[in-house]
Amino acid sequence: MQRLRDVLRRVTPGDSGDGGAPDVPTGGAEPTADSGDSSELRSDGGERTDSPRTSSELRSDGGATVTGERTDSETGTLRSLTSSDFVQSIPFWLPPFLLMAFFVYGAIGWNLVISLTDFSGLILPEYAISEFDLEMYRQAFSDPTFWTAARNTLVLLVVFTTVCLLFGMLLAILIDQGIRFENTFRTIYLLPMSLSFVVTAKFWAWMYNPQIGMINVTLRQFGLGFLTTQWISNPSTKLAAVIFALIWQYSGYAMVVYLAGLRAIPTAHYEAARVDGASTIKMYWRVILPQLRASTMSAAVVLMVFALKAFDFLYVMFGNHPGPAADILATMMFREAFGSNNWAYGSAIAIVLFGMALAVVTPYLYSEYRRGEL
Amino acid sequence: MSSPPATPTPENRTRREEIADAVRDAGRRRIALYVVLFGLVGFYLAPLEAGLMTAFKTTDAFNRTVPFVPPIFGGFTLEPWRVAFNEMSHALINSMLLAVPATILSAGLGSIAAYGLTTIDWKYQMPIVALFVAGIFIPYQAVLVPLSRLFAIVNTQELLSFLWGLPLMHEHYASIINLIITHVAYGIPITFLLFRGYYQNLSVEMIEAAKLDGASVFSIYRNIVLPLSTSMFAVTLIYQFTQIWNDLLFALVILPSGGGAAAPVTVALNSLTGGIIQSFNTQMAGAFVAALPTLLVYVLFGEQFAEGVAGS
Repeated sequence: MQRLRDVLRRVTPGDSGDGGAPDVPTGGAEPTADSGDSSELRSDGGERTDSPRTSSELRSDGGATVTGERTDSETGTLRSLTSSDFVQSIPFWLPPFLLMAFFVYGAIGWNLVISLTDFSGLILPEYAISEFDLEMYRQAFSDPTFWTAARNTLVLLVVFTTVCLLFGMLLAILIDQGIRFENTFRTIYLLPMSLSFVVTAKFWAWMYNPQIGMINVTLRQFGLGFLTTQWISNPSTKLAAVIFALIWQYSGYAMVVYLAGLRAIPTAHYEAARVDGASTIKMYWRVILPQLRASTMSAAVVLMVFALKAFDFLYVMFGNHPGPAADILATMMFREAFGSNNWAYGSAIAIVLFGMALAVVTPYLYSEYRRGEL
Repeated sequence: MSSPPATPTPENRTRREEIADAVRDAGRRRIALYVVLFGLVGFYLAPLEAGLMTAFKTTDAFNRTVPFVPPIFGGFTLEPWRVAFNEMSHALINSMLLAVPATILSAGLGSIAAYGLTTIDWKYQMPIVALFVAGIFIPYQAVLVPLSRLFAIVNTQELLSFLWGLPLMHEHYASIINLIITHVAYGIPITFLLFRGYYQNLSVEMIEAAKLDGASVFSIYRNIVLPLSTSMFAVTLIYQFTQIWNDLLFALVILPSGGGAAAPVTVALNSLTGGIIQSFNTQMAGAFVAALPTLLVYVLFGEQFAEGVAGS
């Protein structure tokens, strides 16, 4: 929402501010060529007192020269509103937009309203404004389960994203060394990402099996039996085990993004660093990594969104009750709403989760917009 | 290695020795690089390999053997695959009926929306673009309760009651239609973004030329933009198919509890236990059955998948 306001603020005053200035010379200059009383028109435009006659003349002028399609003056706006471009574009974007907006923004609004009611069990929600209150949020903020889940969500977000980025960057640098079978390596590293959370959760539940799972068996094989533990039932390793599996699944994504970033850096930068006698590590640290900021940012945002969607994985592994060690807001929301039928309470938790996502995504989208990459 | 070759070293080595050293050094580094790369291949494939081997073992065999060793010393069986396939064949059909139309529809709608907001350039489109793009990032938890309410109020099964009498139609298709609509709606933002990135790089001159020739926006889309987007359609279709095939959350919320007759393959796999005791061999076979279409798509079109992933 804040982003939308920024967009609007940037668009509206900006147009009336600098939109008028460039328009005056063009509007004034064009008639000079064909009409005699050019001086009158130009002074007229300069003072910005648009008489109806002038504006109509300007419009016809713009229509004649064709190039004046995007004159940003008042007349331009009028014209672009009635002109074919906007009207003709409507059938293309409006139907998909309405469908998407109803399901995304309509549903979020509806969710917000439900979170203000006392909707639970089989009794339908009452949408009466007088009945709305923040009771559900008060209940959440005084619920220790909520704070545990919020803390776990934050740990998951930060640890998963950071490790994924570091690991993905390392993978990208290794792949970028002009190796043979580059495509094969890249394909294998990205492979887990094509799998469903349901599938990977099944795989990792088997990997983590305390008696005969691969991890513990391998540890015992190497004489590290003292390290074995019940990875996904031991509260102290539970969340770490989940994060590790998620990193396995998504580090390939960070690699792909970084690889694209590395390939975009001109070879001259590498060569310059080489000529200056920089060691490989120094070259990457001083010259290459600083140029990967944009890749880092976009990968980080998408990874955080993946982490927020890690619900499927936890649900398959632990069902509705992952226990306090691995409970995140997403699983708590689902448990409250669809397990215990506390619909309004679940909606309130969902709104908190939505707020977290917004806090991550808004600055990113805004900076993308400022760089003109939206 | 990176020191300038002209400066003599303290040991007064000849240039030739230095070069030989550098080559040996580079060779050693090269070997280390490949060792690391193959180690990582092991890391990424280990869960899949262990799962595949387990899926071919009898219960007794996977209980007493090391997970990643193939069942060559007896204990080989195809029974887990038979059980998993039997229990999931219906769900595989459901998933296909769901994923194929939802993928095509969301890609098509994303394409026309991106065309209307990118190639046709008009003022004040940025807020709408922003609303589209922001839709990618919302956590679906924020829409689950309204979704379940919506499909409790809008009874597709009743609305389409005239259909169920027709041959080859079943009442549980109503739930699948609900799921298709949902997946299309939530798929539009990402397909929009993918197509927008592509259309921004289309040649402006070409579009302008067509416009000057009097082509309408419809014919520009139909005759110029659409034929040019085939490669982008491939990327989007592949990416969306994987996403929709792999989804569990919407199916849990929209379908009747337990999935019923309309359960897609993810729901079926989740409830596949293979008996009273947890039999990992059946579960692993089931996991591969569920993953097979996406694995196949990925192996065949890995490049396009990576492109879709990088675009999101």
